[in-house]
Amino acid sequence: MIQPILQIEDLHTHFFTDRGEIPAVDGVNLYVNPGEVLGVVGESGCGKSVTSLSILKLIPQPPGRITGGSILFKGQDIVAMKEREMRSIRGNSISMIFQEPMTSLNPLFTVGQQIGESVRLHRQFSKKEAREHTIDMLRRVGIARPEAIIDEYPHQLSGGMRQRVMIAMAISCSPELLIADEPTTALDVTIQAQILDLIRRLNEENGTAVMMITHDLGVVAEMCHRVAVMYAGKVVEEGSVHDIFKNPLHPYTQGLIKSVPRMDEDRRRLFSIPGNVPILNTELTGCRFAERCENVMPVCLEKLPELQECESAHSCRCWLHETPQEEVV
Amino acid sequence: MSEPLLQVEHLKKYYPIGGGWFGKSPQLVKAVDDISFTVRKGETFGLVGESGCGKSTTGRSILRLIEPSEGKVIFDGKEITALSPEELRRTRKDMQIVFQDPFSSLDPRHTVQRILEEPLIVHGMGNAKERQAMIQRLIDVVGLTQSHLQRYPHQFSGGQRQRIGIARALSLQPKLIVADEPVSALDVSIQSQVINLLQDLQEEFGLTYIFIAHDLSVVKHICDRVAVMYLGRIVEIADKHKLYTKPQHPYTQALLSAVPEPDPDRKPERIILQGEVPSPANAPIGCAFHTRCPQAMEVCHTHRPELAETDQGHLTACHLFTEMRATGQTHLA
Repeated sequence: MIQPILQIEDLHTHFFTDRGEIPAVDGVNLYVNPGEVLGVVGESGCGKSVTSLSILKLIPQPPGRITGGSILFKGQDIVAMKEREMRSIRGNSISMIFQEPMTSLNPLFTVGQQIGESVRLHRQFSKKEAREHTIDMLRRVGIARPEAIIDEYPHQLSGGMRQRVMIAMAISCSPELLIADEPTTALDVTIQAQILDLIRRLNEENGTAVMMITHDLGVVAEMCHRVAVMYAGKVVEEGSVHDIFKNPLHPYTQGLIKSVPRMDEDRRRLFSIPGNVPILNTELTGCRFAERCENVMPVCLEKLPELQECESAHSCRCWLHETPQEEVV
Repeated sequence: MSEPLLQVEHLKKYYPIGGGWFGKSPQLVKAVDDISFTVRKGETFGLVGESGCGKSTTGRSILRLIEPSEGKVIFDGKEITALSPEELRRTRKDMQIVFQDPFSSLDPRHTVQRILEEPLIVHGMGNAKERQAMIQRLIDVVGLTQSHLQRYPHQFSGGQRQRIGIARALSLQPKLIVADEPVSALDVSIQSQVINLLQDLQEEFGLTYIFIAHDLSVVKHICDRVAVMYLGRIVEIADKHKLYTKPQHPYTQALLSAVPEPDPDRKPERIILQGEVPSPANAPIGCAFHTRCPQAMEVCHTHRPELAETDQGHLTACHLFTEMRATGQTHLA
């Protein structure tokens, strides 16, 4: 059995607002194996980004707080770590690529200063070494003329270039885990293809484990080995990319896959899941998807199903697939 | 084949940037650079391309929400580009727009009732009672309920707001709706609801759509014919089946191959384009795509290819086909 590099158990990240407590991440279990690309999919508000921010403890506090659970990174619990220890992990062994490269780069520093910062800090490189290393990184992410680009400011670059700079920054300390939060959502398809290709090469050549957070099922099918589907703060299904697309078990996953228009087939009408995502609060009972589900049963409204392994390495949180054994409380 | 509802002829929109003082001629950004196409009654015409290709500028120039620099737009027999402001205002009743961002395109201080009633008042449709009946029908048609009428936009989700935007566009019973990225801000499950709604409405009211989008799968699903734009120009127009199965222009081929398909077993041959779209302020001479084209030839650097028919109803602007046509012609002669 391979030891996962990251193991999240029963993670709860709640936000305390004027409107009450919001369980944005409500008991999430996830793991990432070394060298693997895990896809986390779901629609806005399902808690996928909050999960990723929790891993690096970047949740704004207040209003947010990790209220329970553990995040084991190579056996060490991140939740219990002090800020000083966290700083030695962030950008070093775990790093992150954000969706919006414009807002996540500092406009006041040159590309070189921003990429060089992490090796200067974590690897104690001198200025000269950092500069050489940075040029090397920029070249690796496919930037032409790295010697010139290194002294430019983010506003001088295009969206695709900025995303490359972000990736160069993220990989400059050779992280063991790369968290990519919607890395291509703000980009055009031809640029998206370039960036995905780059992330895939990082994974294949360096064995960097990747946690890919996205709402785009096409990106998931193309990039990921294993997939976790999230809905309303919980993982509702988890399995290999093949199982998720060819044999989805949860009605939400099934609906999601059926509602995407595809280029390789003609359908007159798209499937659509009726209704909207529920507004999260701590009083919700039963399955979070029950209101919109075609196969809803009385039990779904009363009790929350557990995430259970239904087939080999394929788990699902649904009463339809619950094995009729004594219920585990 | 049904008759044309809209004809766009040599439409151009240039923006001056910098310079311009004391006789220095300003540099021009050619956002839309000489495009022509026809939209037939009852069809859905797709305009696709990446950001900055001029697809939204085209959509807005057609409605004269942006004044075109040159060219003609003929809608339902009327030359839109020659209308006086008052005539234009009256014609707008027949041509409406649905915007991308359902958050910023609805007035936050107005109730849904008022948002939907305003166009009816402006165009003098019916009395108060008749208007109320129309609004009730509209809200029903787009899948919202009576109780929603007294609420404000912020009380709705993105999908519901887009429904309100659609209801507003429908309120004057237009012939043409320009839908500018109407589903790109929405989540997958909500996106399919809105696409289905647009299709139902088209059937019910005999609408013609210009559907502007960057998502090629959505465009394939909803459109009948598609035009692909690159740097302010149309590079290819065809019936969607032809365009998606036999794309001719190298840009269209690359664009289609770049779309990730939601099927882990299909790993299509991918054409990964090098580099990025050049700035429209500094567009390459010759074919605009030659800087990234895997099949660029000598002639592409110097001469701009014209959009011409390469197959029945299939127009492409590419020298690969200009040559073919030339040889074809000599053969015929």
